[in-house]
Amino acid sequence: MLHIVNKSPFDKNSLESCLSCAQDGSAVLLYEDGVYGAIKGSAYAERLQSAMSNITVYALEPDVKARGIADKVIDGIKLVDYNGFVELTAEKEAVNSWL
Amino acid sequence: MKYTIQINEGPYTHQASDSAYNFTKAALEKGYEIFRIFFYHDGVNNATRLTTPPQDDRNVITRWSELAAAHDLDLVVCVAAAQRRGIADADESARNGKDADNLAPGFRISGLGQLIEGGIIADRLVVFGD
Repeated sequence: MLHIVNKSPFDKNSLESCLSCAQDGSAVLLYEDGVYGAIKGSAYAERLQSAMSNITVYALEPDVKARGIADKVIDGIKLVDYNGFVELTAEKEAVNSWL
Repeated sequence: MKYTIQINEGPYTHQASDSAYNFTKAALEKGYEIFRIFFYHDGVNNATRLTTPPQDDRNVITRWSELAAAHDLDLVVCVAAAQRRGIADADESARNGKDADNLAPGFRISGLGQLIEGGIIADRLVVFGD
């Protein structure tokens, strides 16, 4: 399963809901304001990093760059472009948007 | 791989329509099929040809119309959501006794069944919204 999250964890609780439901081995893609969850050393970073032992986290590079946080992304989060976004949806059996 | 895309948010609000557009373009470039794009809730506001953004800004509506023309895409607008928000083609306008219509080229108005069918027929349903 691919979970896609477009809200900052400092604004909405959709990333938290997503992480509490995501099964081991699933993937989470942060895009739009969701990429704020990927910032190293933030109040949410520890929560996300602990989840990363069981799930793979990706962030959409154009949205990361648009927000000027490319050099602040948590180690281990993989940056993908729109091609990579499409490929993730194709690789995983289903896509869930946490709107 | 066959996709149905659902868009629940209007243009120039947050980023949903832009994200959906970039996703759709990338999928088409990879040779994947876009079975349908369904505009629902405030997403129907992506379908009015009266939208006039400043000249130095992207035209989200024209961009969808052009992509649809280039790739023969099926852009479907939910009729109930459209009626509430004043989006109508000539038929809908006449049926409801209105004096104008505004549906942009490449879009068509239909019902929720089109979304359900899109979900059944496509391999993936990807939802963009707020």
